[in-house]
Amino acid sequence: MKASRLLGFSAFLLAVFVLVPLFIGATGRWDFFYTLTSVALLSVGAAGVWLTFYIGRINIGQGAYALVGGYVSAILVTQGGVSFWLTLPVAGLFCAVISILIGLPILRLRGVYFAMVTLVLTEVARLSALALPITNGAKGITSIPLPGELSVFGLTIIPAFGSLSNPRIGFYMMAVVLMIVTYLVLWRIVNSRLGHLCRSLQQNEELSASIGVNTAYLRVLAYAISSFFGGIAGAMFASIAQSIYPSSFVVADSVNFMLYCFLGGLGYVFGPMLGTFLLYFGWDLLSIAREYQLLIYSGVMILLMLVLPNGVLSLLDKKEGGK
Amino acid sequence: MTPILQIKNITKRYGGLTAVNDVSFDVRAGEILSVIGPNGAGKSTLFKLISSFVPATSGEVLFNGERISSLAPHKVARMGVVRTFQETTIFRSMTVRENIIVSHHLRSKASLLGFFLGTKQAKEDEAAFAASADDIVDFLGLQGIRNELASNLPQGHLRALGMAIGLATDPKVILLDEPFAGMNHDETMKMVGLVRRLRDERGVTVLLVEHDMPAVMKISDRIVCINFGQKIAEGTPKEIRENEKVIEAYLGSEDAAIGM
Repeated sequence: MKASRLLGFSAFLLAVFVLVPLFIGATGRWDFFYTLTSVALLSVGAAGVWLTFYIGRINIGQGAYALVGGYVSAILVTQGGVSFWLTLPVAGLFCAVISILIGLPILRLRGVYFAMVTLVLTEVARLSALALPITNGAKGITSIPLPGELSVFGLTIIPAFGSLSNPRIGFYMMAVVLMIVTYLVLWRIVNSRLGHLCRSLQQNEELSASIGVNTAYLRVLAYAISSFFGGIAGAMFASIAQSIYPSSFVVADSVNFMLYCFLGGLGYVFGPMLGTFLLYFGWDLLSIAREYQLLIYSGVMILLMLVLPNGVLSLLDKKEGGK
Repeated sequence: MTPILQIKNITKRYGGLTAVNDVSFDVRAGEILSVIGPNGAGKSTLFKLISSFVPATSGEVLFNGERISSLAPHKVARMGVVRTFQETTIFRSMTVRENIIVSHHLRSKASLLGFFLGTKQAKEDEAAFAASADDIVDFLGLQGIRNELASNLPQGHLRALGMAIGLATDPKVILLDEPFAGMNHDETMKMVGLVRRLRDERGVTVLLVEHDMPAVMKISDRIVCINFGQKIAEGTPKEIRENEKVIEAYLGSEDAAIGM
């Protein structure tokens, strides 16, 4: 079992770091780099949403944290002259701290009530970005410089993106590394006691409290980790687009983050990653259907939810005769 | 010796309704004490008050002399006062074994971060939990269903699982909410034996709320009877059986109900 897992992981690394760039190089479809970079970053945000699902909360507010993370990074880089690589974790931490303040009161809510409040959060974030002086209103922040080089003790780990002949590959690599680290962290959370306790919370909060779990603390902790992922995803997006606007992440994006989780499967750590890939690519591919794009897309979504309520990954389970 | 639990003048009002009115009694370490009373007497509310799942309007609960009635439920559990639930509350999509293992949370020595990083302490903890879970499975006779999903279990096994979850927390006092409800005679007798062993072999003090009079009379060292939220009697099963007020409370079906 362990060996097969390692094999799968190696195959995945080989595919994303070698085969995909080779394939794109051979076909000349350089735009795929941008698409795949987006998939990787969106799946980082979706990983966070998935974790809130894992404690039994429907989170439709990840767009808010992506937006905040993007602004934090953009402001620090453009106005503070801080290295992008430093702003990345700072953006995540900033979002985590905000989410603790927001989460303390709202995580008491359950079900549709929590979902509604998180839905509003995205709109609050957008309006704040419009109103605050530091975010430069509707004009947003533009001409964000590309990430500089990252070096430790004089050793260059990542070269300056501006010096690369093709920064698109750089961004792709960076986004994929971020995605892999995120999902390793998520996988580890789920398979450690922390994840077991999250599951206990999801299934029965009262019983969870009665076995001594500090349910309020655990909820806030999971939500903070979730928002951290949202924040770093947003920061990377702002850096790639070299700009951020109040409308960079809107309610529709928050809803999409949730859909990625649904489609991939709420019971599977790698569900949101697969879900993001399928939905984002599927949407792109459906552009050949022109005006029917949205119709087909929504139709397929509804069908999938009816046929596979536990997500695409539940297909694997059925083959193996259940978990 | 101070009693392990002291319930002092506890009162709970919901709006104009007084569910529990100025109830006081002690629970001694190592005894099996039952709280009885007709439907709607306030037994379940009293239970929630003792485990601190609802705040008391007035009065207090002391555990080994320490006030626990205003603490969060998880803190009360941490001190060693653990409740099971009436409505067969379990972690539905976990297996029996997973249910029991996760409930060992209070015994963890490693921090959550330690578990995340997989430190030596965390691994030791997990191994100890697994061993203890198997121990509890054996104790309750759940060997045949240890890897069964909890949502697939029949009623009787669910009740035992609820008790297993409670046991996993290593309680000093366990509060059992109607452990015999919905059971036939044989199942009840089995459960009576189990609760006894809980006390005899594991040294757990048992406080239980129950309807089933024959079982209560059989199992209890002492009984507290409440009616309309007030304590009307306290004593040994024999004393309770002969108590005028108790008989009156159960009037109409007294003979059958009190098991005389």
